[in-house]
Amino acid sequence: MRELSAPRGVWVIAATYLAALILTVWPLPQWAEVFRPAWVPLVTIYWCLWLPERVGVIIAFFAGLLVDALSGTLLGEHALALVLVAWAALWMHLQVRVFPWWQQCVVVLGILALHALVLFWVDGMLGYTVGAAMRWMPTLVSAALWPWILQVLSRSQQRYHVG
Amino acid sequence: MAVFRRQRSPQLFSSRPAGALRTLFMIATSIMLMVYDHQTGSLKQIHAALATVVWPVQVIVDAPHSLLTWAGEKLATHRALLTENEQLKSQLLQEQATLQQFAALQQENQRLRDLMQAAAQVTGRVSAATILSAALDPFRHLVVIDKGTHDGVYQGQTVLDAYGIVGQVTRADPLASEVTLISDPGQAIQVEVNRTGLRTLAVGNAELSQLTLPYVTNSADIKEGDLVVTSGLGGHYPAGYPVGIITRFDRDPAEPFAHVSARTAADLSSGREVLLFWPSQPPPQTELAPKPAPVIKVVPKSGKKRP
Repeated sequence: MRELSAPRGVWVIAATYLAALILTVWPLPQWAEVFRPAWVPLVTIYWCLWLPERVGVIIAFFAGLLVDALSGTLLGEHALALVLVAWAALWMHLQVRVFPWWQQCVVVLGILALHALVLFWVDGMLGYTVGAAMRWMPTLVSAALWPWILQVLSRSQQRYHVG
Repeated sequence: MAVFRRQRSPQLFSSRPAGALRTLFMIATSIMLMVYDHQTGSLKQIHAALATVVWPVQVIVDAPHSLLTWAGEKLATHRALLTENEQLKSQLLQEQATLQQFAALQQENQRLRDLMQAAAQVTGRVSAATILSAALDPFRHLVVIDKGTHDGVYQGQTVLDAYGIVGQVTRADPLASEVTLISDPGQAIQVEVNRTGLRTLAVGNAELSQLTLPYVTNSADIKEGDLVVTSGLGGHYPAGYPVGIITRFDRDPAEPFAHVSARTAADLSSGREVLLFWPSQPPPQTELAPKPAPVIKVVPKSGKKRP
């Protein structure tokens, strides 16, 4: 069945990415800006864990380019970070799938720390070193949000038979 | 954590979906893009294409705000509009009274400049643009405006608001442009203190609406409340526009420079309307080069003023 309907539910994956992009630039008050979860990496981690044969480093790369275009960063900065996120998620997707939720949170925290590290590293080379302590906030917030992201995305995956 | 060890369950780490080669290729492509984008800035077409792809996202994000504004305009009562009209009329009258004086002052200034054989002030025309409410990278001070190269926006263009300099266009895409605010940590602007003519640099720091003046000597004549305007040197910004107001001036004898910070004159945190500036003459870079005289003349003047 799965082999027959190869492009099934592509629009669900596209819709989750679109939602993540919108949430990435949704205006927040100044103080809340640093707590904004890393939506696109979270969505990428989910699809790489549960649909590794469909979503991988190439989709992550293009999603990253869109984030770069949206947030005005150097072209390729988020692309590099997301490729590494996708690679890490794909590399251990079989174990993480059977982990209890809190253990998954720890893994997601680790992957997102890698993501933040890449962004921090590139920004550091460009001379944007201010607010260094605040850079880890999105990582912590995103990892704490993982159980809910998991619920929402796996429900929509089941509901629309994305596979 | 034993599960993580490769030796115990090698089949769990099948490298098939990740594809080491593919990953490495993507990583290399990203790094190449970054290097090209940073060093040559020659990826205009890719930037423009991507900006067009993400344009709908920016419109969606801005929709609630523009919808509210639109509804507010539609639902405004006749009475409220009349009151506002009244207010605007009286404000216009006041501004016009100020402007009469301004015209006379401008002519006098021009005469004096002719006497001193100084370069003419750069004038130009402005056009309004709206800041889209999309939030950009929180560690940089960037905004997106709804005018692009279709409207004549160009890279390096000065952006103002009603109160002073906002920043400059750092990327002009067809439908929208990215403006870097003067408070961005990577921006520096050539300024002079309006009261004394002292020239220095104002650079952005982490705070929005805050500037630092790192190269002011301890003996400089600066007070809190002094207006800082663009000096026009460097050719990026037209001269004489307000940049900020000095909020702190601390002398530290142990250090070569004083601690000076300023609040931006422009409303960077909540303003939504900005003005794009087109100079009527070509950028003053070429014009400043043969006339170094006014630069030298101003320096002793600032010293003389001190009691």
